[in-house]
Amino acid sequence: MFAIRAPSSLLRLAPTCVRSVVVPVARGLQTSARLAEELKRTPLYDFHVSKQAKMVPFAGYSMPLAYGDVGQVTAHNHVRTSAGLFDVSHMLQHRFTGPTSQAFLMSLTPSSLNTLAPYTSTLSVLLNESGGIIDDTIITKQANENEWYVVTNAGRATEDIAHLKEKLEAWNARNGGREVRWRRMEGWGLLALQGPKSVEVLQPLSGTDFADIPFGKSVDVKIDGVKCHVARGGYTGEDGFEISIPPESTVKITELITSQHGVQLIGLGARDSLRLEAGMCLYGHDLDETVSPVEAGLTWVIGKDRRNANAPNPFPGQSRILEEIAKGPSRRRVGFEITGAPAREGCKIFDESGAEEIGVITSGIPSPTLGTNIAMGYIRSGHHKKGTKVQIEVRKRKRDAVVRAMPFVASKYYKGKGVLGAPA
Amino acid sequence: MIAPLRSALRPAAGLLRSACIAPRASPSYSAFRYLSTRFTTDHEWVKFDPATNEGTVGVTDYAQKALGDVVFVELPQSGTEIAQGDSIGAVESVKAASDIYAPVSGIVTSVNEALGENPGLLNKSPQADGWLCKIKLSDPAEFETLLDSEAYKAHCSGA
Repeated sequence: MFAIRAPSSLLRLAPTCVRSVVVPVARGLQTSARLAEELKRTPLYDFHVSKQAKMVPFAGYSMPLAYGDVGQVTAHNHVRTSAGLFDVSHMLQHRFTGPTSQAFLMSLTPSSLNTLAPYTSTLSVLLNESGGIIDDTIITKQANENEWYVVTNAGRATEDIAHLKEKLEAWNARNGGREVRWRRMEGWGLLALQGPKSVEVLQPLSGTDFADIPFGKSVDVKIDGVKCHVARGGYTGEDGFEISIPPESTVKITELITSQHGVQLIGLGARDSLRLEAGMCLYGHDLDETVSPVEAGLTWVIGKDRRNANAPNPFPGQSRILEEIAKGPSRRRVGFEITGAPAREGCKIFDESGAEEIGVITSGIPSPTLGTNIAMGYIRSGHHKKGTKVQIEVRKRKRDAVVRAMPFVASKYYKGKGVLGAPA
Repeated sequence: MIAPLRSALRPAAGLLRSACIAPRASPSYSAFRYLSTRFTTDHEWVKFDPATNEGTVGVTDYAQKALGDVVFVELPQSGTEIAQGDSIGAVESVKAASDIYAPVSGIVTSVNEALGENPGLLNKSPQADGWLCKIKLSDPAEFETLLDSEAYKAHCSGA
């Protein structure tokens, strides 16, 4: 028999034509039927279908896995060498405005949003009271501290909206006359243009010189006469942009960018392998509500001026997180390189002797760029140093593996003044 | 009927196999061979040679398309005794790992070493050069219970 045993993390919900042996057939069919009925569509659904996309369920949406006969490795390499366009309109876009909006967002996250310059983005995390990660998010300060643009994960929409609603109601009740206004940008398009040639594509289309817009900065530009928010960054480790587009213009602008020389449409399959090579987390796999940002290797998102028990506006879970910063967490997310078979989500990690179980893999692939098997996972502290030899169990056999630094493939973010390279 | 024979032969399987195969290599005999191919609902094929009791196993074109670019194939060792439904290896693409389960019971007589160097063969030629392994069937009746090509086609279109 032959069956997809461990679909890649991103593709977990995708019904493949090859059935899963671990799920009884009847239940599997019911699940797919239910998903098919309820799936939402981005403004680009018809566009994807017209481009021969293979559509699969992902985070409650019908999303393109791949286009035509283009394989995942080809698509992946195209992004690393040219420019790829991803529809990420399933992600939630929010605007928070008002005189206490900065303080409100700082009450939910550990980031120093107060020191963020205008039109600058940062990765952050929404935390629960135990310091666990409710979601990872990109927060962008707009013209000033009273205007924010926030992007969260589609797969966490239910939890995030409930959390934000509850916290905002309580906040506004305490801040009468200085309320925060929250608007979800429903129906807006969000495109990620990624790869070394992205800037050559976007510069002429927007009439904007991006030389002074390094990684992490954003700008409002006009593309084909339509005002769009463009943030330099992404989820691949390459130079690139995330472009937020008003609902009525999303299809038109997507068609325009797609028609540019060197641009290829890229689906979820390559998105997963690109982000894994870049060492980036996928919520629901590498992150969940029990994991703290310190355990996740995201201590850098915790602002320096917020690492003090007496700092004003403490963030949720502060005591656990400050203790983990001071004493070290009990487990840590690290990278691995595995000899032989690729390790996938759920594979157990053992110490070098193979005797003691010390962790679990949360994502793993054979890397298209490196040709080696890469993975990330959580390992007991003490075994987390680069170069530590471990054993990882794949299909009941333990395989040699070693702890590796992430990103696996060096990031090539644009740092300004024509310089491409890893962030300092 | 065949099971006791199989266990009796197992320790010397390699020797006996080469002894048995030699006379069957004669052209006069092979002219009468009829190799039929059957399929499993999980997208494997078995090409069975009743003269040698040996089946060649691989994955279908449908399966290779579903998998995408294959980058690693893990195969059983020659000589391994397997039962129908046992996990005997895996095919890995970037997006997923897929177990290979034994479509029939028997002993693995050879594996396609070419897949070690060139796993992409499985995409290029899934039903010929990209074969996975050969199994000496312990119960040839199992083969008859697999899907014929019409039934497999129907399975794919209805899946």
